[in-house]
This record gives sequence, C-alpha cells and structure tokens, in this order.
Amino acid sequence: MAWETVIGLEVHAQLSTASKMFSSAATAFGAGPNTQACAVDIALPGVLPVANRAAVERAIRFGLAVNANNADNINRRSVFARKNYFYPDLPKGYQISQFELPIVQGGSIRIFTSTGEKTVRLTRAHLEEDAGKSLHEDFHGMTGIDLNRAGTPLLEIVSEPDMRSAEEAVAYAKALHALVRWIDICDGNMQEGSFRCDANVSVRPAGSDALGTRCEIKNLNSFRFLERAIEFEAARQIAILEEGGAIVQETRLYDPERDETRSMRVKEEAHDYRYFPDPDLLPLVVSEQWLEEIRRALPELPAQRFRRFTDQLAQTPATAAVLTSDRNLADYFERATDGASPELVRQTANWIAVSTNAKLNERGIDITRAPVSARQLRALMERIADGTISGKIAKEIDDAMWNGEGDPDSIIEKRGLRQISDVGELEKIVDGVIAANPKQVEDYRAGKQKAFHSLVGQAMKATRGKGNPAAINEILKRKLG
Amino acid sequence: MLNASLTELSGALGARKISSVELTQLFLARIGELNARLNAFITLDAEKSLEQARAADERLASGDAQPLTGIPVAHKDIFCTRGWLTSCGSKMLSNFVSPYDAHVIERFNDCGAVTLGKTNMDEFAMGSSSETSHYGPVKNPWNPAYVPGGSSGGSACAVAARMAPAATATDTGGSIRQPAALCGVTGLKPTYGLVSRYGMIAFASSLDQGGPMGKSAQDVALLLNVMAGFDARDSTSIERSPEDYTRELDAPIEGLRIGVPREHFGEGLAPEVARAVDAALEEFEKLGATRVEVSLPNSGLSVPAYYVIAPAEASSNLSRFDGVRYGYRAPEYGDLIDMYCKTRAQGFGAEVKRRILIGTYVLSHGYYDAYYLQAQRIRRLIARDFVDAFSRCDVLVGPTSPTVAFRLGEKAADPVRMYLNDIYTIPANLAGLPGMSIPCGFAGANGPAALPVGLHIVGNYFSEARMLNAAHRYQRATGWHLQMPGAA
Repeated sequence: MAWETVIGLEVHAQLSTASKMFSSAATAFGAGPNTQACAVDIALPGVLPVANRAAVERAIRFGLAVNANNADNINRRSVFARKNYFYPDLPKGYQISQFELPIVQGGSIRIFTSTGEKTVRLTRAHLEEDAGKSLHEDFHGMTGIDLNRAGTPLLEIVSEPDMRSAEEAVAYAKALHALVRWIDICDGNMQEGSFRCDANVSVRPAGSDALGTRCEIKNLNSFRFLERAIEFEAARQIAILEEGGAIVQETRLYDPERDETRSMRVKEEAHDYRYFPDPDLLPLVVSEQWLEEIRRALPELPAQRFRRFTDQLAQTPATAAVLTSDRNLADYFERATDGASPELVRQTANWIAVSTNAKLNERGIDITRAPVSARQLRALMERIADGTISGKIAKEIDDAMWNGEGDPDSIIEKRGLRQISDVGELEKIVDGVIAANPKQVEDYRAGKQKAFHSLVGQAMKATRGKGNPAAINEILKRKLG
Repeated sequence: MLNASLTELSGALGARKISSVELTQLFLARIGELNARLNAFITLDAEKSLEQARAADERLASGDAQPLTGIPVAHKDIFCTRGWLTSCGSKMLSNFVSPYDAHVIERFNDCGAVTLGKTNMDEFAMGSSSETSHYGPVKNPWNPAYVPGGSSGGSACAVAARMAPAATATDTGGSIRQPAALCGVTGLKPTYGLVSRYGMIAFASSLDQGGPMGKSAQDVALLLNVMAGFDARDSTSIERSPEDYTRELDAPIEGLRIGVPREHFGEGLAPEVARAVDAALEEFEKLGATRVEVSLPNSGLSVPAYYVIAPAEASSNLSRFDGVRYGYRAPEYGDLIDMYCKTRAQGFGAEVKRRILIGTYVLSHGYYDAYYLQAQRIRRLIARDFVDAFSRCDVLVGPTSPTVAFRLGEKAADPVRMYLNDIYTIPANLAGLPGMSIPCGFAGANGPAALPVGLHIVGNYFSEARMLNAAHRYQRATGWHLQMPGAA
C-alpha cells in the first residue's frame, strides 16, 4: 500500500528582547547559573508578572509578516493563561502562556521544494515564557536548577498539518527560520535553543482524507534532526500499520545518537494542565494605532522581495528563493547589482545562489561574516562580463577572495590570470595542441564531437585556464575545417 | 497615648512631645504585656523597629516629616518585609525571611512609619477566625475565649487591644472587614486595583486587596493615603491621580442616599446584630441621610461562586510552594514526586489543603466549564446587581457579619458554617468594590461579656472618600469606635 505522511510543526522561537517576558531580568545567553533570575523569575512569594511590550510587538510583527502585512490575523484582545504543572525548573508551578485567545490566529508561509511551490497555513502563534533548566550532571545524585532561562519570551508558532514529507517540513522550518530573522524578532540560533521544533507526524493511506493517529516528536534542534526524525517516525508508523498494528498517540523524543525516536509519555499519562486566564495579567489589548506603527516600521518582507526579484529582475523562483532566504543576503545581492545591466544582475544572482551560498553553507556562516564584500563581488562579475577573465578563472579568484587575498583586479594582476584573447597567441597554442594530438584530430574529423571538447580542454590547459574559451573554439574549428 | 488617634500622635511627634523611639517602646511594651494571651503577632523585632524609629526621629527633627513619620504600624504577615520573617501564617514559609519589600511596605517605609511587627493571620489568609495559623489562634481582645475573625485577626486584635495604633491587612472575601467587625475596629477594603498587590502573598489574585485597619475612619483615611497608588509592578494596579482621602471627612452627609440591601437582613442574621445595624441606620437618618431599600438579587450565589473562584486561583498561586527554592522542605523523601508530596502534606494545614483540592478539581478538564466558567458568569451577575443598586443610592449599608464573634473551635470543624461568615462581605470582592466595616454597637451582656458589632458600608468604585466621610460623620456622632476592650 502507498502511504502519505502528514506533518504539522510547532516551533518555539525565542524573541530577541533585552528583558524577559514578564520580568526585567536580562535574557543574554551563557551567564553563570541563576545570575539572570530576579525575584519574579524565582517566583518569590508575592511577586507579579508584567508583560513585556517589546515581546508583544515582536509577536505582532510576526503576525503581519505571515499575513502579507494584513492585521486581520492579530487578535486585538488576547488572553494570558496559566498552564499548571509541577517541575523543579518551573518556579511558579505554572507557565504563563496563551491558550484560548492567542495573539496571532492564521497566516501562511510559502515554501519551495523539489516538487515545487506550496503554501503552509499557520494555525496560530502565541506568546509564552520559557522554563528554567534542570542540570542532572555534576550534582552527585541531586539535580541543579538554573533559572536564567526561566521567563525568556517565546513565540510558539503552530502550523496546520499541511506538510507531506520531511523535505517539506524542513523547507517550512527553514522558511520560518529565515522569516523570524528577517523581521528581526529572533536570532535563530539553534545551538543555543533560540529556535526549536516539535513535529506532529502521522501517516495515512495515499488518497485518504482522514488524519491518522499522530505522534509528537520533541527535541529537534537542527534541520537535519528534523528531517531524520520525521523519516524515521513515518517509517516506524508505516511498519506498525502494515503489520496490522495501531499507532498509539504519544510524545516521542528524537535521539540523534541512535537516529531514532522513542516514547516519552503516552496520551493517558498526559498532564491535565488546568488552563485558566491568569488573574495577575489583564487581557492583552492591541490598539489600531500601535498596529499601524509596527506595520510602518516593518522591512520589505521576503515574499514581497521574492516577487520583486522574480517579476522585475526576471529570476527563476529557485534563485529568488535562495536570495530571499536571508535578509542580509538579499541586501548583499542588491548592493552588488546596484545600477547593473540585466545580464550582470542575472549573472550575479546565479553566482550568489550557487557559489556564494555553497561557501556560506560550507563555513556555516551568514553573509554578514563573509570575507567578500558586495563591491568585490561586483568587480568580479564585471571582469567576467568584460572578458578579462573566464567563468572558470572567476572561481579561482573567488576562492582567493574568500581566503582574504583582496580585490579581484589585484588578484588577477598578481597571479597573471588575465584572459588570453590575442588571436595570434591562441593560434600558436592551438597549432601545438593539434600537432600533439593526431588521434583526437582524426576522431573529430570522423565525426566524434567528444574529441573536439578534448582538444578545447587541452588548449585551455595549455593556457593554464586563461585562454578565452570562445576564441579557442573558433580557432580550432577554423583550423580543423 | 495608647488611645490617641493618628492625627494626635502625629501632632505629638511633630511637637516633640514624644519621640518615635518612645512611642515605639510604648507599644512594644503593650505588646509584651498582652501578646502572650492574645497571640496577635507572629514576629517582633524591637531592634529593627527602634532603628526605624530613630531614623524617623531624625527626620522629624530635620523638618522633613510626613503625617505618618514616626508612627508604629503593624503589618499583616502576608506582606513581604525585607529582613523580616514573612510566614503568611504557614509552616510552609516558617523559614522565609523576605529579601524584598512589598509595595505597601515600601510606602510606609518611605513616609517614615515604623514597622512594629508582623501580625498573625489564618494560613495564607484562608479562614474567618484566625484559627488556621501555624502560629496558633489569635484571641478576641474583648473575650479571649472568642475568635477575632479572620483572616486578618492579628491586625484587628492588635488595633483593638491598643497594641498598635494602626495596622495593614488584606481582604479576599472579607478578611479586613469581618475581623474589624468582630474586634470593634475600623477596616477598609479599597476598590480592587487601588492598592498594589506587589509583595502581598497571593491567595486569590482577582479578589485580593490590601487595606488599612485603624481605630477610626479618620485614621483609616490617613493610612489609605499612604497605601493607595499606582504601581507598575502590578498589572492590575490602576493608574489614576492620587487622592487625599481625608479631604471629605467632615463634609455633611445630608442627602446621602443609603441603600439597604434586603438580602442582607434575611435568614441567618443574628437578632442582636440586626438591632445594632437598625440603630445605626436610624443614626444616619438623623444625620440627614435618606434610606432606600435596594435588592442584590444574586447575592445568594456569591458564597458558592466565591468558593469556586478563590480556590481555583489559590490552587495555582500556591503551586510555587514546592520545597525547591525556598520555604519548608520535608526533611526526608525519596524521589522528586515524593519530595513534593511530603513537603506540601507537611507544610500546608488542613484548610489550605482543602482549598487547593477544591481549586484543582474545579479547574480540571471536564469540570472547568461547569464550575469555573459558571462561577465567572455569576460574578458578572453580582457586579451587575451592584450597578443597578448604585443607580439608586450612594452607599450600601448592612451588617458586616451575620453574628458577633464566636467561640474558638466552635466552627473549626464545619467549613461551610465558617464560610457563611463572609456572606455579606464576599459580593464586594467579586465585584471589585470598596467595602468597610465600622463599629456600631455591642451584642450580648453589657460589660465584659459584650462583643462588638460591625456595620458594613459598600461604595461604588473609587468612592472611598465618600464612604470614609459617611463613616467619620457617624463616628463623630456615636463614639462606638472609642470603646476599648476591658479584657485588654
């Protein structure tokens, strides 16, 4: 039987505010244990929460960004609720979250995969506070509690079960990751836990409309783990169903060491969180004026820029998608192509989408930390366009620039990489190649096109890559007549 | 001096007739004499009090004094007080020395008042008799065999027995007004949001409100001037310009329309209480007020609604007392769950556990709509009753409590009978309205056997000045508030 995987994601994005969701303690990462926990975070008797306006503003920014700047998905009145459960790193014995009335309801994210373009709908996004950390090592049979993270503002972003493969789930997570950084509400640092995914996964016979029983997978702190966990989980569920078994609704944990998911707790063990509106906090009211201020301050959104790149600059959706995956990368592209000809724009777009992007991924950095400036890239592109260098040499120069060797022109001069277009000089080289390769010449004359490419390659090699490929082609053809 | 009003004390301090140190020593001596018998205080720290008194004296000498500078004030042990044990009457916090001051404490400190001690109370303010305290019951100064009311029984007792010139208290369902009535003092629960709850250990957040207790409406007005005010640390605190609550005290009350809610004079009201309240209403009429009969048709639902909402909030508010970070932790336990269970089983008393269980139940999946949401609907109906009533009158007047003080232990085994003590006071908490209790006579035999009766005044939102005006005019005309317990 053919199976279809159905996936919905819950993403916790840590909002990049200076202070916590309901207290004035700092949110900076990596401080000594409990040095960034104030009376409110420790939940001393008598303390009270006060909602952080900057966190609310970031949630609104997100709501606008996933709804094409339209505020009809922002609840003008949302309610903080208490989620009650006991755990040592949850100081109040409840987490303040939003339950029945979240601040954002609805919106969507556009994704691109090998099967094309797709829209993933968002159910909601709500504000909540993070818990602290339990440290089970180094305490000789006891548990240490670090409350620095307690009270950190989070935006929990819940999608509809609209994804049908691990690839789509990853594309969605990446698009969301790019968006929260684009609108500057989250630093997206996955190692530090600023962007965490839980995946709800179920399977059903292909063609069925009904949803299967789902399992929630926790602890997915990288895109690779997200992909692996979904693939493992879907295979596990399919195997059970094919053997005539039934899926148990449960929460599962992904173990990256073993590359498997395992049960954390089944539904029957699930907590009754006894949600109720937090009487310490008034309903969160968003005025039209405030919405308008936030809307005005929003940067051009990735979707808008995507459309501009594809419409005005005639780029392929795939290239535009890469360029708009990061606001800094899109800015970089626009700086590098400011006032350039359409041909140069197209060439630069492709260069960034393929070459630059690969280098960034290789080094695991973003464009702001790349050693090649937009101006240097522009110079490189211009040297290709004006015939000073070939595309192949350009790659060598690019490598040199990434090693910090400076501007393309100085590298060209230093290394003597200027393209040889002088016909006389090239003819001498081609003559040499023809003389040294009688077999290939014979093959070519017998109609083997491959032999021609080999001869071009030999000639290029003889120029150490600097020969103008078009000129060499032309000369060879003429000489072999 | 023990009987002097705050205005008189302030005058004496200002004229250097007495120093704050002397005044503090005087009251500490009075406490030393009576507290063993009445158990009104949990914590006394003469050194700390006198240090504040010395600072107040310097301030008085430098001419930088405010009305309450140098005056000793007793604080209910629910207010976090830096450097002081703040137990909330519970074993759970019997080792909790607060590292910070509640907003109310800051206010008193800022104006140079002296913290005289921390007063005893029902555990976590849950009770109407001050019998549930981990530190033993408070006694009624009019007759130590009787309860002082609760939960602010320690504060009421301290003021009534002249162990303190004034005290702070809190009121969730009547915890200022009922003990004020049973001890014969004046107590005011302000409009919800007028006094910051920051640092006031939460029982039921949407109902809790701090307020003053004193010997007279005038004293209470002076205390409210200090306590009231916006605090950004409490999201339910209301931002409005400060008022002087003494400004209307002496204004005539001719034409004041007094609403008498008929539901507060029905079954369960002790005849001797009804008689005293009737006499008070007549007194008001003599002062020029007019009497309007009004109805609060849903007030009968207030006790059941309250005993859903208050425990629901309490069950969550008290979750932080888990033995992890501060407070009591069971000395021996197995795993984490066992630590929680033993700590909370040993650290909380029976009444607190009862309310946590009720609250947990009413918030549980499948019961939430039937209990919590239904109670919230009733709450809105009750608030609407008051809106209707206040369209016809300026203040509501009735009995504070259905009976005078009862014997220690009399209702301890019957929670529902105990809960009915607050039948007249709870509606004001549910609606967020200000309410006060003033002495209006005595029930029982004359002389040492007599027990005070309290008159309940409920006003519209932020009408504290008007209520204090009515109470002050009544007190000027009658003098019940000047009576002092013989047992003390």
